Amino acid sequence: MAAHAQRLLTGWLPRSAMKRREALWGYLFVLPLILGFAIFAFGPMLASIGISFTDWEILTTPKFIGLDNYIKLITRDRLVGIAFGNTLYLMLGIPIGMACSLLLALAMNQRIRGISIYRTIYFLPVVSSVVAVSVLWRWIFNQEFGLLNVMLRYLGIQGPLWLGDAAWAKPALIIMGVWGGLGFNMLLYLAALQGVPRELTEAATIDGAGAWQRFRHVTWPFLTPTTFFVLVTSIIGTFQTFAQIHLMTRGNVSGAIGGGPQWATLTVIYYLWLNAFNYYDMGYAAALAWILGIVILIFTIFQFAASRRWVFYSE
Amino acid sequence: MTTSRIAEQQAVRWSLNTKSARRLTQAVSYIVLTAGSLFTIFPFLWMLSTSLKSTQYMLQFPPQWIPDPITFQHYNDVFRLLPLAQGFANSFFIAIVGTIGVLFASSLAGYSFAKLEFPGRDRIFILMMLTMMIPGAVLLIPQFLLFRSLGWVNTFNPLIIPSLFGAIYETFFFRQFFRTIPNELIDAAKIDGASFFTIYWRIVVPLAKPVFATLAVLAFMWRWNDYMGPLIYLNDIQKQTVPVMISTFQSQYLTAYGLMMAASVLSILPIIVLFFFMQRYFVEGITLTGLKG
Repeated sequence: MAAHAQRLLTGWLPRSAMKRREALWGYLFVLPLILGFAIFAFGPMLASIGISFTDWEILTTPKFIGLDNYIKLITRDRLVGIAFGNTLYLMLGIPIGMACSLLLALAMNQRIRGISIYRTIYFLPVVSSVVAVSVLWRWIFNQEFGLLNVMLRYLGIQGPLWLGDAAWAKPALIIMGVWGGLGFNMLLYLAALQGVPRELTEAATIDGAGAWQRFRHVTWPFLTPTTFFVLVTSIIGTFQTFAQIHLMTRGNVSGAIGGGPQWATLTVIYYLWLNAFNYYDMGYAAALAWILGIVILIFTIFQFAASRRWVFYSE
Repeated sequence: MTTSRIAEQQAVRWSLNTKSARRLTQAVSYIVLTAGSLFTIFPFLWMLSTSLKSTQYMLQFPPQWIPDPITFQHYNDVFRLLPLAQGFANSFFIAIVGTIGVLFASSLAGYSFAKLEFPGRDRIFILMMLTMMIPGAVLLIPQFLLFRSLGWVNTFNPLIIPSLFGAIYETFFFRQFFRTIPNELIDAAKIDGASFFTIYWRIVVPLAKPVFATLAVLAFMWRWNDYMGPLIYLNDIQKQTVPVMISTFQSQYLTAYGLMMAASVLSILPIIVLFFFMQRYFVEGITLTGLKG
């Protein structure tokens, strides 16, 4: 009996003592990672499914209400639609940013002097904290004395209110987003450009291909994996836009919430945060998190499916 | 005219064309890069300029581009109004302990996944990779409730302890690198009777120094710049990290732009200094992040 239990317990381990020792150390070394995942990710994830079916205002006891949170979110809460709409609008910045970064990377890939100076400059926004950057841009968007409207005033243009105007608040966030992402995406494109075999572009030149043709038919296919990666991560990132909204759209009354004016900058994750940490409606916020999670997953799966048509892998 | 003559002439014309074309491309490249870098750096110069300008000169048109006189008043005020020294201590503590923890645990796991043999090894690894698909938003609320029930709110624990278990992302990169280490090196040490941990510590880690540097720089930067974590978990101003201190400051002194800019300059200074010394590793790190796809 004991022998049987012994075999059940260790029978799946390798026979030789040396191999068995190796396997035990192997498990030991990956144990923290697996435990951490179970405690801080998998467990909470399961719990959050349960929480999303409850009415739970943190200090009250959770009450099971079935699908009510989901039904309310989808059919009765107009802010959910607004938040998703705003988030999609902010995604307009992605292609703009990608085109600018690609252009910079193409320029950087010529034999250029002072490359490290340029690179340092483009990196500043990448390494700066989102707080410093948001505080800075809030000042830049100041209606009267902000950098942007000062520049426009030199050109004789009366600039808009930017963050204070429902029509201009999202374009303002897009400008800031493009500025912030330039260096990061440029570097990714530069790495991809350096992987384009020189023989191929030279052969195309000898065959009489113009610059555009060379780019379109020789260089671009090598850039598609990077483009795909940037697209997928940028879309996921935009869905999770939080700090900029919290830091740039709150008024200066204590306890004021952001997302304005007139909910023009309310993003999904900001609405989630408001529900959880401002209204303490944990069940409702958890349900919204799942809706967001599923939307992100659908977007990502769709992009992977579509990528077969346009992404080219050389190996 | 012989065909070779024609070919020669064509070759000459072609090389002349490409030479002038190359010069043109280079000129355009410089223009594009300079325009882009002006767009990028101008806001930072504006930040610096505002932080050194006295308030009375701030609200005027045309603006004073270079402050005259230069004043450090705003920097003094920031230190007077905020426990910023404490904030820096908090930020450094959280970022450094978290970085060391995540690198140690992840590299150990990466070494195990790459070089040790145990049943189910690759299946466990693939399963861990799949879990990276879970969107962070879904974990936000249950994690908060978990840490709250543990009594960890208003402590550094939620920001540090999960890192001590390692991260899948870092593990993946360590595993990638460790797989390139020749088995002979490890086998030789095994024959000499070295334990698995000794092999990790004496052979694998020294060989992977550049990978450690790159991931350390990224891990430090993410922790230093993190906003949502400290915002949710830390309440007392004495316990907050520098970025969150500035954001609480913002709601009180929203229009005190000199003050806000001085605080922002101070908050990005450590990362920029780190960037100057570790530039190579930042660049490699960003490229590495991109190669994930």
